[in-house]
Amino acid sequence: MTGVRIAGTGHTHFGQFPERTGRDLFAEASATAIERSGVDHSKIEALFYGNFMGELAEDQGHQGPLMAEMAGIRAPATRFESACASSGVAVREAVKDIRNGEADVILVGGTERMTNLGTAGATKALSIAADELFEIRAGMNFPGAYALMAQAYFSEYGGDRVDLAHIAVKNHENALENEYAQYQRAITIEDVLEAPPVAEPLGLYDACPITDGASAIVLVSDNFAERTGIDAPVSITGTGQGSDRMALADREFLARTPAATAAAEEAYGDAGISPEDVEVAEVHDCFTIAEVLAIESLGFFEPGEGIGAARAGETTRDGEIPINLSGGLKAKGHPVGATGTSQIIELARILSGQHVNSDAVSGAKIGLTHNAGGTVASTTVHVLEVVA
Amino acid sequence: MSEQRDEGYDEWIEAIERGEGYALECANGHGSLPPRRLCPECGDSELEKQPLPDSGTLDTFSTIHVATPAFTEDAPYVVAIADFGLLRLTGQLRGVEEPEVGMRVGVGIEGRKTTEEPLLVFRPA
Repeated sequence: MTGVRIAGTGHTHFGQFPERTGRDLFAEASATAIERSGVDHSKIEALFYGNFMGELAEDQGHQGPLMAEMAGIRAPATRFESACASSGVAVREAVKDIRNGEADVILVGGTERMTNLGTAGATKALSIAADELFEIRAGMNFPGAYALMAQAYFSEYGGDRVDLAHIAVKNHENALENEYAQYQRAITIEDVLEAPPVAEPLGLYDACPITDGASAIVLVSDNFAERTGIDAPVSITGTGQGSDRMALADREFLARTPAATAAAEEAYGDAGISPEDVEVAEVHDCFTIAEVLAIESLGFFEPGEGIGAARAGETTRDGEIPINLSGGLKAKGHPVGATGTSQIIELARILSGQHVNSDAVSGAKIGLTHNAGGTVASTTVHVLEVVA
Repeated sequence: MSEQRDEGYDEWIEAIERGEGYALECANGHGSLPPRRLCPECGDSELEKQPLPDSGTLDTFSTIHVATPAFTEDAPYVVAIADFGLLRLTGQLRGVEEPEVGMRVGVGIEGRKTTEEPLLVFRPA
């Protein structure tokens, strides 16, 4: 079975670009990825593309062939939708196809246009990732869902808003020099604690922003990389996916995310590593509490121990396992369908020494990405390793 | 009620409103909500209606300040999850100033401010 290399990456600035079309965002990201890969357009055999709310944001469904067109490629193109894990799922399917020998070169990526909807409109659009009958009609939305998880966590394990605030402060700190990030701005614990409440106990600075952006990666087989002599030092060596009951209320534990655990165990087994081997990770911190649930589900911390990790400096840039050196969704931004591939791009740049924060983990060989959809009813986990 | 009917769900809401709320229980004791043909936990097809108990236990809650357009006039409001034995329900908590995890709540259907839709509401039991 061949390995899968990251040959080139492209990433728009993440931010508020309400007038830019989704197609233009992906055109930028894909052109950069293809150019940096050194692979000729004609060699790309498929587009695997993630997008969540195109129908709601710009009345545009069926984005696969549209985005292949924008990328300047003639190849079968498929859109994947798995809420906020849409492009994580696209990456996983591309990895499987390359390993299976179905293709040697696949363009994978994702886009989301959101800020043109406004805050209320985007909150509504995001909410369709929850159970419409039994959650949305009760008035639950995504800040509310993660607030329910945070309250359940506090009740079961303890912890408080100050613990969560340290996560927001850390991730903003990490994004200060990240040119792609929506917020290159430091915040304080007081800023987080005094911000207007969104869904208690979560406030405005516990939440990731609403973001426009796109990201794209050219993935190639080991064989293709060696044959063409392209520079592709980072490989995706593990992939895993987990699903859970759609509604939060139907989960056995309200303060745990077993779909992420299932995805991680599969990815660890696939890569032949254990959680202790992971030196750096990008996790899906759509809300501060989400980072806590992620680092516990991935096996970096025991249940109940993740809440204090940022405050204790264990997940900061000089901690044992830096989490979200890119700034995470919290500060880098979260254009939903683009996030899964963005995480992999940022981690690959960190591992290959090309990221502004690479020095925090110089010499690191193994990293992990965790991309979650809904209230973690969908998760993909990928292991990246420096192989050349 | 909305003009569009949602078979299974609408009947369930109407049953809650009459005080005859139910859950579906499979042969292995898993609870679920309609419409449902197979148990989501084990795939069993023998689903039978079981009456919900008069009260459940509050598992978690949140006061929502930033609402979607369907709830703007209702905000701030408290959304909550309560355990009714066979399953948990998601609804809005009313009639209590200081909610506490573990408190007993009953379930019913009430109105809301922004739209005419029925709303699942918990109140202290």
